[in-house]
Amino acid sequence: MLTLHEVQAGYGRTTILHGISAEVRAGEVVTIVGANGAGKTTTLRSIAGLVRPTAGRITFEGEEIGRMQPHEVVARGITLIPEGRQLFPFMSVRDNLRMGAYTPAARARMQETLEEVLDLFPRLRERLDQYGGSLSGGEQQMVAIARGLMARPKLLMFDEPSLGLAPIIVRQVFDVVERIASTGVTVLIVEQNVFRTLSIADRGYVLENGAIVMSDTGAALLRDDHVRRAYLGI
Amino acid sequence: MQTFLQLVINGLMLGGLFAIISIGLTLIFGIIRLVNFAHGELLMVGMYLTWIGTSQLGLHPYVLAPPVVLVLFVIGVLIQRFILQPLLDARDAHVQIFATVGLSTALINLALLVFGADLYATPAPGVREAIHFGPFRVLIGQLVMFGCGIAVVVALHLFLERSYLGRAIRATAQHRAAAQLMGVDVRRIYIVTFGIGAACVGLAAVLVAPLYPTSPTVGTYFVLTAFVVVVLGGMGSLHGAFVGALLIGLVDSLSAYYIAPDLKEVVIFGLFLLVLLVRPTGLFGLGRGSE
Repeated sequence: MLTLHEVQAGYGRTTILHGISAEVRAGEVVTIVGANGAGKTTTLRSIAGLVRPTAGRITFEGEEIGRMQPHEVVARGITLIPEGRQLFPFMSVRDNLRMGAYTPAARARMQETLEEVLDLFPRLRERLDQYGGSLSGGEQQMVAIARGLMARPKLLMFDEPSLGLAPIIVRQVFDVVERIASTGVTVLIVEQNVFRTLSIADRGYVLENGAIVMSDTGAALLRDDHVRRAYLGI
Repeated sequence: MQTFLQLVINGLMLGGLFAIISIGLTLIFGIIRLVNFAHGELLMVGMYLTWIGTSQLGLHPYVLAPPVVLVLFVIGVLIQRFILQPLLDARDAHVQIFATVGLSTALINLALLVFGADLYATPAPGVREAIHFGPFRVLIGQLVMFGCGIAVVVALHLFLERSYLGRAIRATAQHRAAAQLMGVDVRRIYIVTFGIGAACVGLAAVLVAPLYPTSPTVGTYFVLTAFVVVVLGGMGSLHGAFVGALLIGLVDSLSAYYIAPDLKEVVIFGLFLLVLLVRPTGLFGLGRGSE
């Protein structure tokens, strides 16, 4: 479904990704784990069109998307739920969700999608008329995920969804990710919570200093000595 | 008492003038985060277009509103697309502001070249006539301007709150990167917004032309007050700009009579500085950047 081939990318003169190759197949939950600064966020931003790769190819369903603008990528069915929520602070939750369904295809089915999303996040039903900026961190994360779902993506990418949340909320976030995956949406997730992420992932890539150093099934990576030492502190 | 009330009416009418000139400026600032120093010159262009239409084609200025608004919208779109957008990724965001300063100078000198420095009065039958409400009087042109000012603020508000495009415009202003992730083509939003801002000042030009003579520097005269209005109201706030404009109009009218005509600017800018000291974000400012 999504293929990265020798992708290089960075900011200005700083190269972050030194030619990474990875693959996400339809229906999978794939994770990229790695330390801060390894290039996880840059990888997702390159796929989303926010960072332009300097070399390599990114293809989605056979089409080259590496040179596209972000809105063109969204229209192809890829949505990124960014790190730090990034809600529209002075818009109601309802308008935040409506913004999620901005592409013509999503807009046509907005009402239907909204009901589905509110069934997934019943708490948000009571919050619909509040400003996005007035919610708690956990609720904001739920809105961010719900807003991403409003686009009816084929591939949903999560960037550090549990960052800065209380442990009980973190558990809810991972529950939601699993439920979304079970509805057939393909998931690519980047997380600092390596243990939980590998537990729900079909496959994982380990990213170190802008290069993929290892890839295997989630379960196998959980048992791997290097992963256990470096990321799980065992 | 009667004098006072007449002065208040005059002040509100003057406020209507300031409001309609300021709306486009505050819209462009609020969404694109760009201080458009060529705003006054867009007004000037619109006023010349109105003058040409009335004096050369014999049309009433109000009939010219649709074509002038349309032409200014197109001019605004072209400015954003071909002058400002290429500078969007410039290393320093201030480059765009200097581009508008350059555009302003270029337009003034272009007008000098084409029309000379003469003042042109726009013929407008009926617009300068007064209507009487008991002992009070207002010019028809002022009343129309006031009504249009309110109508434009209400229309823009509804557009921004209710329509998909309007929501996308607000989303872009509040969080540009997140708007991109929703599938919003931010560059297109900026082009449309600049077009709408220019169209607003086009409407202002049609309404202002019958009341004030047109000259190459007419924009500079009005736009300074417009900047005060926009900052006073809270930069980017539409209703803030409207209230700010009425306030400046009232202060202008009352201080010219009760203090001295020569000192009204002193009073206006004194008050302006005072508001900035007490509320640096303006009367309706949110008090923080959105990004």
